[in-house]
Amino acid sequence: MKNIRLLKDRLISKTFLALTILSISTVILIGVGLFYKSTPILNSTSLYNLLFSSEWKPFKEAFGFYPFIVGTLWVTAIAIIIALPLSMLTAIYLSEYAHIRVRKLVLPLIELLSGIPPVLYGVWGVLVIVPLIQDKIAPHFVEFTTGYSVLAGGIVLAIMIFPLIISIVIEVFDNVPQDLRNASLSLGATQWQTVKKVVLRKSFDGIVAAVVLAISRAFGETIAVLMVCGNLAQVPHSLFDSAYPLPALIANNYGEMMSIPMYDSALMFAALLLFVIIFLFNALSRIILYRIEKRNN
Amino acid sequence: MRKIEENIFKVLMILSTIIISSTLFMIVYTIFSKGIGSLNWDMVSKIPEGGFYIGKGGGILNAIVGSIYITVGSTLLGLLISLPIVIYINVYAKRNATLATITRLSYDILFGIPSIVYGAFGFAIMVYMGLKTSLLAGIITVTLMIIPILVRAIDEVVRVVPEDMGNAVFALGGTRYETAKIILRQSIPGIITAILLSFGRAIGDAACVLFTAGFTDSIPTSLDQPAATLPLSIFFQLSSPIKEVQNRAYAAAVILTIIVLVINIVAKIASKNLSKNKI
Repeated sequence: MKNIRLLKDRLISKTFLALTILSISTVILIGVGLFYKSTPILNSTSLYNLLFSSEWKPFKEAFGFYPFIVGTLWVTAIAIIIALPLSMLTAIYLSEYAHIRVRKLVLPLIELLSGIPPVLYGVWGVLVIVPLIQDKIAPHFVEFTTGYSVLAGGIVLAIMIFPLIISIVIEVFDNVPQDLRNASLSLGATQWQTVKKVVLRKSFDGIVAAVVLAISRAFGETIAVLMVCGNLAQVPHSLFDSAYPLPALIANNYGEMMSIPMYDSALMFAALLLFVIIFLFNALSRIILYRIEKRNN
Repeated sequence: MRKIEENIFKVLMILSTIIISSTLFMIVYTIFSKGIGSLNWDMVSKIPEGGFYIGKGGGILNAIVGSIYITVGSTLLGLLISLPIVIYINVYAKRNATLATITRLSYDILFGIPSIVYGAFGFAIMVYMGLKTSLLAGIITVTLMIIPILVRAIDEVVRVVPEDMGNAVFALGGTRYETAKIILRQSIPGIITAILLSFGRAIGDAACVLFTAGFTDSIPTSLDQPAATLPLSIFFQLSSPIKEVQNRAYAAAVILTIIVLVINIVAKIASKNLSKNKI
């Protein structure tokens, strides 16, 4: 009887181990699968041309991703520029200043924000942000815009990444030992000086990790950006120009890609590009965050 | 001088906290005020009739049911895969062993991979396996996307089960598998929260099912038929030039908002109850 139980235990152990290893290798599998699918385009066009040519004519087999890459960068940069100061201030307030009751009231609201599906952010962007840019903001700067612009994409994305930055930064702040704050305060520093000189300095790498994670989230967001960015294959020159970020390109063209040669390979290459960049960003910041957690245990 | 700087920043901090925490209300208010007028019983109880997308009658029951099929299917499949993994890294592999760390790290990384990449990868698998756009292909893709959510969330609750509890089972002569069962029973509220979270994420994601689940006006009756989903139905109707169809997109957005908010709030309450019972 005892032997059967032990045998069962050992058997389950092996099965679970196999499952665990198999499932971790999805990371590699995704990379390899996308790479395999994009070999045709990599063989026919040089990597340099793919990344830095602006010519996008699928019918002539010209696939230059430059406008899409620049579009992605614009939208992501705007999102970070808007989101970073706002979420840092909020995180500092909630972690260092606010009464515990305020924190318990506000944090769940922010977490709920992260549960809203991207498509609803898109609907909201179309209803509120796009008209706002078209009627109120843009007329002060440019003659005409539809409102579907990199700025609209940036604003919508900024709201989508608030919860991510805030929750990670608060966690990093919570890992700063209370003794350090007390030492600073007892030397006569004000609370703000303590935050600035002690807490922020101590959590610098954690904040960097949070920002890098936020960048990678913004980089890969598809539907919301697709709905408000205008989707024109051009290099944007101002905040009010339309753009066509990489994820939107993949999403928009899947329908017709099967009928044009090399098109599917080109789109798979776009997915591979996203995967590689986001993988590196994620790995980097997760390792930093792991180190911080370990240091304090 | 120090006081002035402190006060300026305090005001800025409170302002940004107010801005950020009110965005949720702004979004929900906008969607409700725009969509509630077009929401009627036909929308939730009928499938699209002929010419739905040029403004003729019908509703989005096909998308609601399709979303539920895909979400329930992939959550069950996801649980089936992620529970053993969490058990393995917490009970079998010694705590904080290298394999456990690598597993956690790779799930954190997988969690960050955007859904469009899962969509593309799912499509590649689909072609490789000779499937066409179908409920099954959609379920597989969504499962891949939510496993990291499930593993991370369940791992979090299993980790906080006191080590003594496992040791007690060992001391009584239990095997590791029997220990795992005890530990899992202790984590049920947390597992329910994890399920709800992944459910909410799966039902709202559009990019991931875009190429794999297809889209149809009817309700799928088997796994190899295409299925419509709520986010995609919102997305497609919104791009219509016809006002009436656009309004239906807003109404569908109200339905999706309600579903997602309810799921998330229930999850929050469930996890609160969990921490109340913590030893």
